[in-house]
Amino acid sequence: MNSLKPKNLNTLKPDKGMTLIVKTITRLTVGLILLYGIYIVLHGHISPGGGFAGGVIIALSFVHLMLAFGKDFALKKLNDVKASFWESLGAIMFLSIALLGFLGGYFFFNFIIKGRPFNLFSAGIIPLCNIAICLKVGAGLFAIFLALVVLYKIEK
Amino acid sequence: MIELNLILIFMILAALVAVEIKDLLSSVVAVGAVGLGLSLAFLLLKAPDLAITQLVVEILCLIILIRATIKKDLPFSTSGRWLFNTISTLIFMAIFLFFAYFAIKDLPKMGEPLIKVSKFYLERGKDLTGATNLVSSVILDFRAYDTLGEATVLFTAVIGVLAVLRKVGKIH
Repeated sequence: MNSLKPKNLNTLKPDKGMTLIVKTITRLTVGLILLYGIYIVLHGHISPGGGFAGGVIIALSFVHLMLAFGKDFALKKLNDVKASFWESLGAIMFLSIALLGFLGGYFFFNFIIKGRPFNLFSAGIIPLCNIAICLKVGAGLFAIFLALVVLYKIEK
Repeated sequence: MIELNLILIFMILAALVAVEIKDLLSSVVAVGAVGLGLSLAFLLLKAPDLAITQLVVEILCLIILIRATIKKDLPFSTSGRWLFNTISTLIFMAIFLFFAYFAIKDLPKMGEPLIKVSKFYLERGKDLTGATNLVSSVILDFRAYDTLGEATVLFTAVIGVLAVLRKVGKIH
């Protein structure tokens, strides 16, 4: 436990992440994880899954990046300011989809044409809501991860 | 249903291990085993949406728990009041079992819910919303107000965490 306390020499060394093996495998898999998250979000109205699960998978791909390559590399991709921006965008998008329902009558009215079942572009507003929730959940959980793991540790 | 009971017994054992073990990392791993068992139980009960969500959230929680707690020296409360603790636990378990005996008799059987609106969702959901995943059509069309509330809860949680753990503007 003594090695964790930053004394004199190791203070300026940046966080380098894990070993070469982990970095190589991460380079191969992290894109696939992100794509799987996007697939789960976009097919949320056809197959099991949806905005929440897909958003968490997308957040996990960034967490994976941060665990393997260290916090500096991952913060360059998505820092806490950007994360809060995407989260707020998701919230506003969800709320405005709900408000646009007043075009047809009431809050959360499904005002887009339904289309044929089992098509990717079907079910009206449900895919759009899935995308909004995915942005909200993914960016929000990644922001919580950043706050709890990275920012809290810097402060110590 | 025998495999569901086996998974439930495994979850109870893992929860006991998580409470009783001394090592913090082993305890976190045991909590993860409970979550994995819950995900398998959802899968056996034919709820793949919940299984995916449970598994994914469990992974994220495990990473946060390991990274946030494992390198800190947390104090353990190993007080010597085991007699009082055991007796109070037994008393509360007795009270719970006493009332549960009356309550569980009146519960509906599994798979036959009291609320009849679920049958309407199953029959008309595909025509009314166009979504073939009925869970999606319920949480984003029929019951979208609930999803809005859930999104608000998550938003508030993120704002709270970022406000408590922020760096800027904090007085030491």
